[in-house]
Amino acid sequence: MQNNVLKYLNRVVEEKPDKLAFSDGERGLTFRQVYDQSQSVGTYLYQKGVYKRPVVVFMRKSPQEIAAFFGVVAGGCFYVPIDEEMPAGRIQLILDNVKSPLVICDKDTLETARGFQLGDGETVLYDEISGTPVDEAALQSIYEKAIDTDPIYIVFTSGSTGIPKGVAACHRSVIDYVEQLSEILEFDGDTVFGNQSPLYFDACLKELYPTLKFGATTYLIPKGLFSFPTALVEYLNEHRINTICWVVSALTMVSALGAFDIAKPEHLRTVAFGSEVFPIKQFRLWRQAAPKAAFTNLYGPTEGTGMCCYYRVEREFEDDEMIPIGRSFPNREILLLKGDNTLAGEGEEGEICIRGTSITLGYYNDPERTAAAYVQNPLNSAYPEVIYRTGDIGRYNERGELVFVSRKDHQIKHMGHRIELGEIEVNVSMLPGIRMAACIYDGEKKKIVLWYDGESDEKELTKQLKTKLPRYMLPNRLYRVDKLPFTANGKIDRVALKRRYEEG
Amino acid sequence: MEELLEILRDMHPDVDFESEEHLIDNGILDSLDIVSLISEISENFDVTITAKDIVPENFNSAQALYELVRRLEDEG
Repeated sequence: MQNNVLKYLNRVVEEKPDKLAFSDGERGLTFRQVYDQSQSVGTYLYQKGVYKRPVVVFMRKSPQEIAAFFGVVAGGCFYVPIDEEMPAGRIQLILDNVKSPLVICDKDTLETARGFQLGDGETVLYDEISGTPVDEAALQSIYEKAIDTDPIYIVFTSGSTGIPKGVAACHRSVIDYVEQLSEILEFDGDTVFGNQSPLYFDACLKELYPTLKFGATTYLIPKGLFSFPTALVEYLNEHRINTICWVVSALTMVSALGAFDIAKPEHLRTVAFGSEVFPIKQFRLWRQAAPKAAFTNLYGPTEGTGMCCYYRVEREFEDDEMIPIGRSFPNREILLLKGDNTLAGEGEEGEICIRGTSITLGYYNDPERTAAAYVQNPLNSAYPEVIYRTGDIGRYNERGELVFVSRKDHQIKHMGHRIELGEIEVNVSMLPGIRMAACIYDGEKKKIVLWYDGESDEKELTKQLKTKLPRYMLPNRLYRVDKLPFTANGKIDRVALKRRYEEG
Repeated sequence: MEELLEILRDMHPDVDFESEEHLIDNGILDSLDIVSLISEISENFDVTITAKDIVPENFNSAQALYELVRRLEDEG
């Protein structure tokens, strides 16, 4: 039985050592190179005495960064990816949480990394450790001692208190996810992935591990191409990319700007999408442009190790219809729980809760917030069984397909990112001279709207916020007001704000 | 030109659009900005920007973008 994700790599390096594994279009690594470099990184960790610890990987998105991830796992540790796209304030919060003994950098990030408070941790260059002579015996022993409930990564997601939450996942849940997802999306050795998602989210699991499992190839598509649709389609064709798992906003950018009038993706056979609702009009454009491709809607929170529900789109949809999230992957169960913790009946709404191996280990160094979301299954009082409460409300439609209805709280999905509006508000309120702030989301125009009461003008506020929040969390519209509206019981009146916004 | 600068300033109040000539190369405008720019321009000017004009050269500066809009107005 497979109990270590690296088994995929150990096998593929025997079968297809010289095949291209990961590439950014210019620089690439074969499976042999990925294996050798990861073994070197693992050996380096062993020699440093770093074992069963979080290791931060702070590199530009590249094939080498991926090899560093596997190297961290080979050393019996778990990787914590951070990225230059993250604002400095957020990176420091992550570093403070994980207290990593080591930050693996490349030459582009080293200077920035040294500017952070690393505690007892130190920085090291990937290029200096990726050639370390391999101690096979040591790595073999680490491999044999690993058990499948040991963590392999921590990725950070938005938290309403202003402190991001680090979701830790283990070998077993990742293996389970990779196996199920591969069957559902029919990956194989000929799969050529076009990766869109950043490497610091669980979304990239879809490409990284299936690439090892099947000896497939993944192209890391340069981020800049996602602003220029025709060039993006040409890139897909040039590299014969046949499988894409992208957020909806990346897909609609291509179709809505008319790229298909000039070029069509010629090799696509699998298109998976998620994170947001796919507008049917845009979906049809994609289907026409790639008639041979299978289209699958995916749904799932980071806490459930990637995706947990899927829906293969086979029937026609009306313009105002929503594509369902369908049904759960095998080996996990969705419980729709009502407010009184009983199961929702036919047509009734309930909170989407997940049960099974795919539940991650919890929020790293954060027992309180872990206890609030990873809870005992209320339908089972006989033995400990943790389920994850997503905070998403769903119901089954008349065809028995699960559909997403809304959120329980102020979490939104914006440009494919999961965002707590509370985190934006807290970060604004912490700035000097700001008395109060409130956010709403205009789902139709996809804009985060901020009202605030304070001294700074809009320009200055944006400048300050850029050091605190990732770019996708920056408000798109800012309004400075003398006073925010309040409800009778003293809470900020978001309904009034929304009305004020809609009235212009 | 002033109208266009206003649209741009609304997106990024902290950027000096009159002097910045590497909006794309320096990563100031991202994918979301491009999409909203195109829709704002078609709302405020009587032009449609199609895929063939959505290339980095046309978006690197306010001036380049302005020239694109002028050209499309002339063609229309």
